[in-house]
Order: sequence, then C-alpha cells, then structure tokens
Amino acid sequence: MAFVLSAERKSILDGLRPRYPNAKALTIPLLHLCQEQEGWCSPEVIDYVAKELGVTGAHVQGVVTFYTSYLKQKPGKRVLWVCRTLSCELMGAKALQEHIESKLCIHAGETTPDGEFTLLKAECLAACGQGPMVQLDDDFFENLTNEKMDKILDDARKKAPKVAGTWSSLYLPEKKE
Amino acid sequence: MAIENPKILTKNYGIPDSWTLAVYEKQGGYQSLRKAVEMTPAEIVDQVKAANLRGRGGAGFPAGLKWSFLKPNPPRPNYLVINADEGEPGTFKDRTLMELDPHRCIEGCMIASWALNVHTVYIYVRCELVLSIRRLEQAVREAKAKGILGDKLMGKDFALDIVIHPGAGAYICGEETSLLNSLEGKRGEPRLKPPFPAISGAFGAPTIVNNLETIATIPTVIEMTGEGFSKLSKLHHMKDGGVRLYGVSGHVMKPGVYEAPVGLTLRELIYDLGGGMRPGRTCIGVIPGGSSTPVLREHELVHAPDEKSPMHAWHGKSVFDIPMGVDTIRSTGSMLGTCCAIVMDDSTDVVSAAENLMKFYKHESCGQCTPCREGTGWMLRLCEKLTAGEATQEDLANLYDVANNIIGNTICALGDGAAMPMLGFLQKFRAEFEAKLKPQAAAKSAPRAQSHAHGH
Repeated sequence: MAFVLSAERKSILDGLRPRYPNAKALTIPLLHLCQEQEGWCSPEVIDYVAKELGVTGAHVQGVVTFYTSYLKQKPGKRVLWVCRTLSCELMGAKALQEHIESKLCIHAGETTPDGEFTLLKAECLAACGQGPMVQLDDDFFENLTNEKMDKILDDARKKAPKVAGTWSSLYLPEKKE
Repeated sequence: MAIENPKILTKNYGIPDSWTLAVYEKQGGYQSLRKAVEMTPAEIVDQVKAANLRGRGGAGFPAGLKWSFLKPNPPRPNYLVINADEGEPGTFKDRTLMELDPHRCIEGCMIASWALNVHTVYIYVRCELVLSIRRLEQAVREAKAKGILGDKLMGKDFALDIVIHPGAGAYICGEETSLLNSLEGKRGEPRLKPPFPAISGAFGAPTIVNNLETIATIPTVIEMTGEGFSKLSKLHHMKDGGVRLYGVSGHVMKPGVYEAPVGLTLRELIYDLGGGMRPGRTCIGVIPGGSSTPVLREHELVHAPDEKSPMHAWHGKSVFDIPMGVDTIRSTGSMLGTCCAIVMDDSTDVVSAAENLMKFYKHESCGQCTPCREGTGWMLRLCEKLTAGEATQEDLANLYDVANNIIGNTICALGDGAAMPMLGFLQKFRAEFEAKLKPQAAAKSAPRAQSHAHGH
C-alpha cells in the first residue's frame, strides 16, 4: 500500500521547505517525519520521499542505508537502543545489555515475539558521564542499574504504545509543562 | 586543591528554565549581540583572533584565523554551519550547552553571522539529541518572536535565519565535509579537500564550519574582549586562550562536564573535578580527548631537555601534570581532541577496551576509502582474535602493520582516528597484549628460549 504523509506532517514539511535552497536537502528531515509515522523506512516510504522531493529512489535508498537511525526493517512498538561504546562499557553496559536480553528473551537486533520491543545496540550517544544508558524511542535513561532498567521496561509496557509525535512536536511551539 | 569553576560558559546551568529567553535576558543575555552590531565585522574578527580561541571540536584550529579565510565579497551568499554532531566516544559537553543554554548558542551564531556577512546559519545536531533540538528550535522561535532575529538582526537592517538541521545517526558526519554532504541531503561521505569549505562548502557556497562550543563562546569573547578572555587561560602565552568545557567519564567517582580555564592538568581533571578513582583502584590510563586520541599513562614523562622547547618548563614531569592545551598534549604524541577524558582503572581489560573502540570505528567507517573500510575491519578482527586467546605473534605484528597502513592514506581523519589510538594501546600496553596471545604462540616468539628448554 502506498505511503502518504499525514496532513499535519505535510504542513510541517511545507514549513521546512523555505529553510533550504533546494528540495534534496529535505531528504533527512522528511525521512524522520516519515519514520515517525510509519515506524521505519519502508520501500513505500522511500518511493514517497523520492516523489515528494523530485529526487531518485536510488538517492533516497542510499541515504536510508547510510544512516543508523533509519530502520530498514519494521521494528516492535518501541525501540530500545543500548549504548555499547567504551565509556558505557567501562561502567557495565555489557552486563546491562545481557540483563535486558535475558529479561526480554531476545538478543540485540531482535524483536520480542509479542512485538513490544526491538532491542538494538547503539554507538556512543553522548551521555558518557552517565553510563550505562539506553535510549527508549526518543528518551534517554541514564546511570542505569538492572533494577532501574526493569522498572523502565515494566512502565513502558503499562503505558500505551509510543504516540508517534515527538519528531513533529520539535517544530511546534513548546507546551507549558 | 579545589578547582574553581569560572562560571562563564556554564553560568546559567542550574538556573530554573535557563533555556528560556526571559531567563537568558535576565542573566544578561543578548548584551554581547547588542555590542557586536555596533562593531564592524573586521573588529569582531580581530577580537576572536585576540581571544586565541582554538576550535573546541577536536582539531584545535584557531577560530579567528578560520573566520578570516572567507573572502569579503563572495559571488554567492556565505553560510555558517555549526557542528553539533557530538558523537566522539567519551564526549558529551556540547549537549549540555544546547539543553541548558540554547540562547547562548544562537547568540554566538548571530554575532558570527554579523561578522561574516552570513544570512543563513545551519546548526547540525545529531538526531538522537532530541531535547537539544527541541530547545534550540524553541530558542530560535522565541528570538524571532521578540524581533531579535529575522528580517532585522537586533534592529539592524540585516536578515538572518538560523536553521536547526537533524542528523540521522552517523559519527562520520562530525567531519566537516561529511557534515556538509549530510546537510545537503546526501550520504555523509567526506569530500576531498581542497576546495576547503571556506571556498566551496554548503550548497557550493563559501562556508565556515565551527563547533558548537566554539560558537557558544563567542558572546563571552565580545563581552570580555578577546584579550580579556584569552588571559583566563593558563596557556595564554601559547596562544591557547580562555575557558572551556571538560568532560570526564569512565572509572572516576564524579563523572560529568565541568568548566575550567584552558590549561587544566589531567591530574586535576581526574582527581579534583572528577572526584578521583574509585576506592582501592588505581588509574592505568586515560584517553584524553575522545576515543580518537591515543591513551596516556601516568608514568610517561615529558622529554624536552632543550631550553628553547616550548615544553621545557615541564621537562621530566608526568604527562598528567602538564597543562592541557592543543599544543602541549600534541607534544606528548596524543591529542587534546574534545577535552573529554575517558579514565580506566586497574579493573579494565585494555585489550577488550581496544576491541570496543575498534568495533566503533568499523561500524562508523563510511566505506569510501579502502584503507579505512578494510583496515578498521581487520583491526577489529585481530582484536577479537586476541581477546579470544587465539592470536599469534604474527597477528600482533599484523595489527601494527594494518594500523600503520591506514594513517595518511584516507580522505578524512576517521581512519587516522582509529589507527592512532590502536597504535597507542599497542605501544603502551605491550605486555597486556602479549599476555593474550595463544600460549604456544607466545613461546614460539622466543625461539632461543624454546630451544634451550628442549635441550637441543
């Protein structure tokens, strides 16, 4: 089924157009908006972006496969990135990863059978002083222990699945907290 | 001895709502911009030169000199691009500025734009830093609503737009030409230089690329004057001026981001700001400025017997006791980098640590140049062989060989940034690497001893 960007995101895209001298420069921001809506960069998303920006599908495919944040396969409802790079590893990232793997009964790179979580290994996420840490969807959780991690996963399960909207909300006025 | 926080770059940290325009202005924000728009562009560039502000992104290039590379009357509009792709393992300083003081970041952009005749600024932020992007976007919206930014910059007839551009998860995009390709919507593969960005950068136009901390320092330079700022440094005489953000992570009691004058020593960073090692542990090595900088050990001494050497003042001292500056750390064979240190104590398996970093570079090599694409993979596989206890003496020799064949043979610095720390680990932890060799391989490496043992 062909992919179409939602009306709200389409208007965000139109707001972004004047920021750049050409349409090609919108490839990365538009892919973020599409991934927010679709959960990943499907072949339909790639076709849509190519058409919308007037660039080739090969160009968009090349961009999608270059960058880590664009998911090339459909993930679970939530994506959990565990930082594995040195500062975090010195503080126990590997043990944390193994703990999550045994709790979710999957290996890094896999999705739980119930489709709740996809676990991925991340390279340095610029939180080196607060390791070990994970990124769950768009939120950072730092200075983790196994107990804290359990609570984060349990809380995430209880909440409704991620409401896709973080990325578009960046371009809208901040709500008062 | 306690290190006093000069509270310049971090003066708004910890204040409630420090990221809002109202709080920023109450703290004296945008006064530097007000002052700057009454100065000529040349006067501002001179102040930045006098500030001896060395780029905070890792290379330490003098910011004022970089600014002077732009031709005064370019055929196409100039761009200013800010590198906030913070992805160097161990580095987490720029994030604090964007999250806690985004208006300082954009005020710096505005002053620089006035000085460089730039009408569009792109701040390239890695997409994982969602809060940073949110705060910067909000800061730009607030500044536009207040009329500081937009058709008129601080009331002057000077249009300026600041655009926050997200990355998409690629370490290589911290390399300036790769960042420019990524900004243009392409794969983040570095470009050949020349032409340098100052001649042909973003969208083919003359471009200055500055690190985020560098640009966030500009309001202070204007406020204090260049010379006043430079003199805050302990290395003012070596043309390395001001204050900067230091990070410390790994096996210390108080990891974090701290502000201090340029010229802090590693010992001060680890033991005073970082709170020292964990109880009962000793420090075996420090990666001084992000993972691409070769490891330093406490027993390494400065060797500068020549009185004319700029390093002579520290001759015979430990590398932990020299003031950290771009040139002083370079003279030890390492690099100042981003000034964010990773500290390892005696519980660390250094071969695993090296393997961890090689995994990073293997993953992040863009694949354009063969020595880097293949070499990072070979270095990782050899490290894996070592940690598995399967490596021979020949593998160890190959590891040297591969690393040496990457250096200088690639378009950008990622390959060097992988090979140099690998060589650093190999040279400084030789015994630890040899201890990982396959048992009979270790014996074979000493043939004479072996033949005696067999009694031939």
